[in-house]
Amino acid sequence: MTGLTINGIAHSADVPSATLLVEYLRDHLGLTGTHIGCETSQCGACNVLIDGVPVKACTALVATLDGAAVTTVEGLAAGETLHPMQAAFREHHALQCGFCTPGMVIAGIGIAQRHGADVTPGVIAHELEGNLCRCTGYINIVAAIAAGAKAMHDA
Amino acid sequence: MRDFDLVRPASVAEAAAAFAASGDAAYLAGGHTLIPAMKARLRAPETLVDLSRLPGLTGVTRDGDRLWVGALTTHAAVAEDATVEAAIPGLSALALLIGDPQVRAKGTLGGVIANNDPAADYPAACLALDATIVTDRAEYGAGDFFQGMFATALSDGEIVTRVGFRVPTASAYAKFRHPASRYAVAAVYVARFTDGVRVAVTGAGPGAFRWTEAEAALTASFDAGAVAGLTLEDGDLSSDIHCSAEYRAHLCGVMLAQAVEGSING
Repeated sequence: MTGLTINGIAHSADVPSATLLVEYLRDHLGLTGTHIGCETSQCGACNVLIDGVPVKACTALVATLDGAAVTTVEGLAAGETLHPMQAAFREHHALQCGFCTPGMVIAGIGIAQRHGADVTPGVIAHELEGNLCRCTGYINIVAAIAAGAKAMHDA
Repeated sequence: MRDFDLVRPASVAEAAAAFAASGDAAYLAGGHTLIPAMKARLRAPETLVDLSRLPGLTGVTRDGDRLWVGALTTHAAVAEDATVEAAIPGLSALALLIGDPQVRAKGTLGGVIANNDPAADYPAACLALDATIVTDRAEYGAGDFFQGMFATALSDGEIVTRVGFRVPTASAYAKFRHPASRYAVAAVYVARFTDGVRVAVTGAGPGAFRWTEAEAALTASFDAGAVAGLTLEDGDLSSDIHCSAEYRAHLCGVMLAQAVEGSING
């Protein structure tokens, strides 16, 4: 039994040792906002925050997360109010098909945390090296993360 | 992924005991090599011994001419550490070139060197920075520790606890990254000491190795001109779907020049 918090709610996970965090989120809890793109630790569609830090949920074992606080894309908004990074993605139309978006939003939050309000487009592009957008809509994603970083630090 | 017994020991001794008690165990550090390998069923250990809760194996300390890094220190922590940046900025830069931010948040120094992937970054730093690798039962010089593709001096169940890098007067790492995997297609670490220059190559061959001709030339004269035109024998290098050995030999020369320039210009 593994005790962990997901989006502020305490859970006791009674799952086989081989259960990946992304499987637990999607198949056990129905939190399907965390996507499975490649499942080989490349694409970043499954990014979640573990204790505030972006991590690939396809490469984390639930049973090693005792005491961890996990935030998925479903846990970012406060009621009807989007997280500043989500609002920036909406404002800048930073999606085409939307499949990579949850992982991009989580990665964007990490970039804003590491580099602050004035992070440059060049740094954002470099720091998105672990996130793939198959629509290649990176220009608006970079613009959204720049705006989201500002908004997070103004908030 | 096949299921396994997960053990989460609280000390190095407990971890080693759990490993020994199982007929077929693997250690889990950051998991960013092992878990993908288990998902692909390239690895299917019966017991997974999670090292993440072991105390005292993270962090950085400077002791004279050695910079000690705990084996469970993540790449992100090394990249951000002010003591590393002050002592060996080339090592900070190397850590920042591993994987991507999400990988660096989890991957560890000990995990990388125990696995000894032929395209991993840290083995080059260990060789060029004359590292001492300390385990729960022995101490190794880097030259004895790395023994070719995925092979090390570690015996079954032995745990890397910390690595001591010798602090150079200048050093730099130049890496040609594979654009998808971000592993080194070819990379060179150059480290200048008062008693000579050490040069190590990774990604290009079946394991990281020292480039002794480059060391001799740079010890005589530390500038890119001293190694202009120096090439490795491509017969000793890797040829695969990404590129030929001949191309890797060329890349090594380019990376060597960049690393020398980086050492000079900081």
